[in-house]
Amino acid sequence: MGLKRDVSLAAGLRYRGPAGYLTFILHRIGGLGMGIFITMHILASFFGGRFGGTLNGIYEHWAFQVFIYFCVLFHAINGLRITILDLWPKLLDYQTEAIWIEWAVFIPLYLIAVYVIVRVGAGG
Amino acid sequence: MTTKTRKLSLKQRGMMSFETQMWIFTRLSALAMYALILFALIGALVMGARYQMNLADVMRWAFMPNVSHVQSTNIPDLAPWMTIFWKLVAIALLLVATAHGVHGLVVIADDYIASERGRKIVRFISMVMMASMSLMGAYIIWTS
Repeated sequence: MGLKRDVSLAAGLRYRGPAGYLTFILHRIGGLGMGIFITMHILASFFGGRFGGTLNGIYEHWAFQVFIYFCVLFHAINGLRITILDLWPKLLDYQTEAIWIEWAVFIPLYLIAVYVIVRVGAGG
Repeated sequence: MTTKTRKLSLKQRGMMSFETQMWIFTRLSALAMYALILFALIGALVMGARYQMNLADVMRWAFMPNVSHVQSTNIPDLAPWMTIFWKLVAIALLLVATAHGVHGLVVIADDYIASERGRKIVRFISMVMMASMSLMGAYIIWTS
Protein backbone atom coordinates (compact mmCIF):
# COMPACT_ATOMS: atom_id res chain seq x y z
CA MET A 1 0.00 0.00 0.00
CA GLY A 2 3.02 2.26 -0.36
CA LEU A 3 3.41 2.79 3.35
CA LYS A 4 6.69 4.36 4.46
CA ARG A 5 7.30 3.91 8.17
CA ASP A 6 10.51 4.65 10.03
CA VAL A 7 9.19 3.30 13.31
CA SER A 8 10.59 -0.03 14.47
CA LEU A 9 8.65 -2.64 16.42
CA ALA A 10 10.31 -1.64 19.71
CA ALA A 11 9.53 2.06 19.17
CA GLY A 12 5.95 1.18 18.27
CA LEU A 13 5.45 -0.79 21.46
CA ARG A 14 6.96 2.00 23.58
CA TYR A 15 4.39 4.52 22.28
CA ARG A 16 2.17 5.99 24.97
CA GLY A 17 -0.68 8.17 23.73
CA PRO A 18 -3.31 10.12 25.69
CA ALA A 19 -6.62 8.68 27.00
CA GLY A 20 -7.68 5.45 25.41
CA TYR A 21 -4.19 4.08 24.88
CA LEU A 22 -4.76 1.22 27.32
CA THR A 23 -7.97 0.15 25.59
CA PHE A 24 -6.19 0.46 22.22
CA ILE A 25 -3.37 -1.92 23.14
CA LEU A 26 -5.66 -4.32 25.06
CA HIS A 27 -7.93 -4.47 22.00
CA ARG A 28 -4.96 -5.65 19.92
CA ILE A 29 -3.84 -8.18 22.54
CA GLY A 30 -7.43 -9.44 22.76
CA GLY A 31 -7.74 -9.79 19.00
CA LEU A 32 -4.44 -11.65 18.71
CA GLY A 33 -5.36 -13.90 21.65
CA MET A 34 -8.65 -14.85 20.00
CA GLY A 35 -6.85 -15.50 16.72
CA ILE A 36 -4.48 -17.89 18.49
CA PHE A 37 -7.33 -19.65 20.34
CA ILE A 38 -9.55 -20.06 17.27
CA THR A 39 -6.64 -21.35 15.19
CA MET A 40 -5.79 -23.91 17.89
CA HIS A 41 -9.42 -24.94 18.26
CA ILE A 42 -9.97 -25.44 14.51
CA LEU A 43 -6.70 -27.37 14.15
CA ALA A 44 -7.57 -29.59 17.14
CA SER A 45 -11.08 -30.31 15.80
CA PHE A 46 -9.85 -30.89 12.25
CA PHE A 47 -6.93 -33.24 12.96
CA GLY A 48 -8.07 -34.81 16.25
CA GLY A 49 -5.98 -37.71 17.60
CA ARG A 50 -3.02 -37.11 19.91
CA PHE A 51 -2.21 -33.74 18.32
CA GLY A 52 -5.77 -32.53 18.89
CA GLY A 53 -5.74 -33.90 22.42
CA THR A 54 -2.58 -31.97 23.27
CA LEU A 55 -4.07 -28.71 21.95
CA ASN A 56 -7.34 -29.45 23.79
CA GLY A 57 -5.40 -29.82 27.02
CA ILE A 58 -3.86 -26.37 26.58
CA TYR A 59 -7.04 -24.40 25.96
CA GLU A 60 -9.15 -26.33 28.44
CA HIS A 61 -6.75 -25.37 31.25
CA TRP A 62 -8.34 -22.84 33.61
CA ALA A 63 -5.42 -20.39 33.26
CA PHE A 64 -5.87 -20.27 29.48
CA GLN A 65 -9.63 -19.83 29.96
CA VAL A 66 -9.06 -16.83 32.25
CA PHE A 67 -6.83 -15.31 29.54
CA ILE A 68 -9.12 -16.08 26.60
CA TYR A 69 -12.22 -14.85 28.43
CA PHE A 70 -10.42 -11.56 29.00
CA CYS A 71 -9.61 -11.40 25.26
CA VAL A 72 -13.17 -12.17 24.14
CA LEU A 73 -15.04 -9.98 26.63
CA PHE A 74 -12.72 -6.98 26.36
CA HIS A 75 -12.55 -7.14 22.56
CA ALA A 76 -16.35 -7.41 22.34
CA ILE A 77 -17.13 -4.54 24.74
CA ASN A 78 -14.36 -2.26 23.48
CA GLY A 79 -15.26 -3.09 19.88
CA LEU A 80 -18.87 -2.09 20.53
CA ARG A 81 -17.68 1.26 21.91
CA ILE A 82 -15.44 1.83 18.86
CA THR A 83 -18.23 0.88 16.47
CA ILE A 84 -20.85 3.11 18.11
CA LEU A 85 -18.51 6.10 18.40
CA ASP A 86 -17.19 5.74 14.84
CA LEU A 87 -20.60 5.32 13.22
CA TRP A 88 -22.05 8.30 15.19
CA PRO A 89 -19.02 10.66 15.20
CA LYS A 90 -20.82 13.29 17.31
CA LEU A 91 -20.47 10.93 20.26
CA LEU A 92 -16.65 11.11 19.98
CA ASP A 93 -16.83 14.19 22.23
CA TYR A 94 -17.72 11.78 25.05
CA GLN A 95 -14.94 9.28 24.43
CA THR A 96 -13.54 9.47 27.98
CA GLU A 97 -16.98 8.92 29.49
CA ALA A 98 -17.57 6.02 27.09
CA ILE A 99 -14.33 4.38 28.25
CA TRP A 100 -15.41 4.72 31.89
CA ILE A 101 -18.78 3.09 31.09
CA GLU A 102 -16.89 0.36 29.27
CA TRP A 103 -14.75 -0.45 32.33
CA ALA A 104 -17.83 -0.32 34.57
CA VAL A 105 -19.44 -3.01 32.39
CA PHE A 106 -16.29 -5.07 31.82
CA ILE A 107 -14.81 -5.36 35.33
CA PRO A 108 -17.84 -6.88 37.16
CA LEU A 109 -18.65 -9.29 34.31
CA TYR A 110 -15.02 -10.40 34.05
CA LEU A 111 -14.48 -10.84 37.78
CA ILE A 112 -17.62 -12.95 38.21
CA ALA A 113 -16.54 -15.21 35.33
CA VAL A 114 -12.96 -15.50 36.66
CA TYR A 115 -14.36 -16.49 40.06
CA VAL A 116 -16.43 -19.25 38.44
CA ILE A 117 -13.61 -20.45 36.15
CA VAL A 118 -11.04 -20.61 38.95
CA ARG A 119 -13.47 -22.30 41.36
CA VAL A 120 -14.33 -24.98 38.77
CA GLY A 121 -10.64 -25.24 37.78
CA ALA A 122 -9.64 -25.80 41.40
CA GLY A 123 -12.12 -28.71 41.50
CA GLY A 124 -14.80 -27.05 43.63
CA MET B 1 -13.32 23.43 7.84
CA THR B 2 -15.77 20.79 9.04
CA THR B 3 -18.77 22.21 7.17
CA LYS B 4 -16.69 22.36 4.01
CA THR B 5 -15.63 18.73 4.34
CA ARG B 6 -19.20 17.55 4.90
CA LYS B 7 -20.31 18.94 1.54
CA LEU B 8 -17.89 16.70 -0.36
CA SER B 9 -19.24 13.51 -1.91
CA LEU B 10 -18.10 10.13 -0.68
CA LYS B 11 -15.76 9.76 -3.62
CA GLN B 12 -14.20 13.21 -3.11
CA ARG B 13 -13.71 12.45 0.58
CA GLY B 14 -11.69 9.40 -0.33
CA MET B 15 -14.34 7.05 1.06
CA MET B 16 -13.87 4.74 -1.89
CA SER B 17 -10.28 3.79 -1.09
CA PHE B 18 -9.56 0.22 -0.08
CA GLU B 19 -8.36 1.19 3.40
CA THR B 20 -11.55 3.16 4.12
CA GLN B 21 -13.74 0.35 2.89
CA MET B 22 -11.91 -2.12 5.13
CA TRP B 23 -12.27 0.36 8.01
CA ILE B 24 -16.04 0.45 7.60
CA PHE B 25 -16.13 -3.32 6.99
CA THR B 26 -14.42 -3.92 10.35
CA ARG B 27 -17.15 -1.94 12.14
CA LEU B 28 -20.05 -3.46 10.23
CA SER B 29 -18.74 -7.02 10.60
CA ALA B 30 -18.46 -6.42 14.36
CA LEU B 31 -22.14 -5.48 14.40
CA ALA B 32 -22.94 -8.53 12.27
CA MET B 33 -21.15 -10.80 14.75
CA TYR B 34 -23.13 -9.24 17.61
CA ALA B 35 -26.34 -9.92 15.67
CA LEU B 36 -25.40 -13.54 14.88
CA ILE B 37 -24.35 -14.28 18.48
CA LEU B 38 -27.58 -12.76 19.82
CA PHE B 39 -29.53 -14.76 17.25
CA ALA B 40 -27.87 -18.03 18.29
CA LEU B 41 -28.49 -17.15 21.96
CA ILE B 42 -32.20 -16.55 21.36
CA GLY B 43 -32.36 -19.72 19.25
CA ALA B 44 -30.84 -21.76 22.09
CA LEU B 45 -33.39 -20.37 24.56
CA VAL B 46 -36.25 -21.22 22.16
CA MET B 47 -34.91 -24.77 21.67
CA GLY B 48 -34.95 -25.55 25.39
CA ALA B 49 -31.75 -24.14 26.87
CA ARG B 50 -33.63 -22.50 29.73
CA TYR B 51 -34.00 -25.76 31.68
CA GLN B 52 -31.39 -28.04 30.12
CA MET B 53 -28.20 -25.97 29.81
CA ASN B 54 -26.09 -23.83 32.13
CA LEU B 55 -24.80 -20.34 31.26
CA ALA B 56 -21.38 -21.54 30.10
CA ASP B 57 -22.95 -24.07 27.70
CA VAL B 58 -25.34 -21.45 26.31
CA MET B 59 -22.47 -19.02 25.72
CA ARG B 60 -20.44 -21.79 24.08
CA TRP B 61 -23.33 -22.40 21.66
CA ALA B 62 -23.90 -18.66 21.12
CA PHE B 63 -20.29 -17.96 20.11
CA MET B 64 -20.31 -20.89 17.66
CA PRO B 65 -23.71 -22.57 17.05
CA ASN B 66 -22.27 -26.00 16.31
CA VAL B 67 -23.96 -29.17 17.58
CA SER B 68 -20.75 -30.49 19.19
CA HIS B 69 -21.02 -27.59 21.64
CA VAL B 70 -24.29 -28.95 23.11
CA GLN B 71 -23.42 -32.67 23.19
CA SER B 72 -22.28 -32.54 26.82
CA THR B 73 -25.49 -30.89 28.11
CA ASN B 74 -28.81 -32.32 29.31
CA ILE B 75 -30.54 -31.63 25.97
CA PRO B 76 -32.38 -34.90 25.18
CA ASP B 77 -32.83 -34.47 21.40
CA LEU B 78 -30.01 -32.90 19.39
CA ALA B 79 -31.87 -33.00 16.04
CA PRO B 80 -33.10 -29.35 16.09
CA TRP B 81 -29.54 -28.21 16.95
CA MET B 82 -27.92 -29.80 13.89
CA THR B 83 -30.17 -28.60 11.08
CA ILE B 84 -28.74 -27.15 7.86
CA PHE B 85 -30.08 -23.78 9.02
CA TRP B 86 -27.84 -23.73 12.12
CA LYS B 87 -24.89 -25.02 10.09
CA LEU B 88 -25.32 -22.09 7.69
CA VAL B 89 -25.57 -19.64 10.61
CA ALA B 90 -22.36 -21.13 12.10
CA ILE B 91 -20.52 -20.92 8.78
CA ALA B 92 -21.69 -17.31 8.31
CA LEU B 93 -20.35 -16.44 11.78
CA LEU B 94 -17.06 -18.22 11.00
CA LEU B 95 -16.56 -16.42 7.68
CA VAL B 96 -17.40 -12.98 9.11
CA ALA B 97 -15.04 -13.63 12.03
CA THR B 98 -12.10 -14.75 9.87
CA ALA B 99 -12.57 -11.80 7.49
CA HIS B 100 -12.71 -9.41 10.46
CA GLY B 101 -9.70 -11.09 12.04
CA VAL B 102 -7.45 -11.17 8.98
CA HIS B 103 -7.87 -7.44 8.51
CA GLY B 104 -6.96 -6.93 12.16
CA LEU B 105 -3.76 -8.94 11.65
CA VAL B 106 -2.89 -6.86 8.56
CA VAL B 107 -3.44 -3.60 10.46
CA ILE B 108 -1.24 -4.76 13.34
CA ALA B 109 1.47 -5.87 10.90
CA ASP B 110 1.33 -2.47 9.19
CA ASP B 111 1.78 -0.73 12.53
CA TYR B 112 4.63 -2.71 14.00
CA ILE B 113 6.67 -4.11 11.10
CA ALA B 114 8.90 -1.44 9.62
CA SER B 115 10.24 -3.20 6.53
CA GLU B 116 8.14 -3.41 3.37
CA ARG B 117 9.21 -7.01 2.82
CA GLY B 118 8.31 -8.08 6.36
CA ARG B 119 4.85 -6.55 6.04
CA LYS B 120 4.25 -8.36 2.78
CA ILE B 121 5.31 -11.69 4.29
CA VAL B 122 3.00 -11.23 7.32
CA ARG B 123 0.14 -10.15 5.04
CA PHE B 124 0.61 -13.26 2.94
CA ILE B 125 0.73 -15.54 6.01
CA SER B 126 -2.43 -13.84 7.40
CA MET B 127 -4.33 -14.39 4.16
CA VAL B 128 -3.23 -18.03 3.84
CA MET B 129 -4.26 -18.56 7.48
CA MET B 130 -7.64 -16.93 6.87
CA ALA B 131 -8.35 -19.07 3.81
CA SER B 132 -7.27 -22.36 5.42
CA MET B 133 -9.08 -21.65 8.72
CA SER B 134 -12.27 -20.76 6.83
CA LEU B 135 -12.15 -23.97 4.78
CA MET B 136 -11.21 -26.25 7.71
CA GLY B 137 -13.77 -24.61 10.00
CA ALA B 138 -16.54 -24.80 7.42
CA TYR B 139 -15.71 -28.49 6.84
CA ILE B 140 -15.87 -29.23 10.59
CA ILE B 141 -19.20 -27.41 10.96
CA TRP B 142 -20.73 -29.08 7.92
CA THR B 143 -19.71 -32.63 8.88
CA SER B 144 -20.39 -32.43 12.64
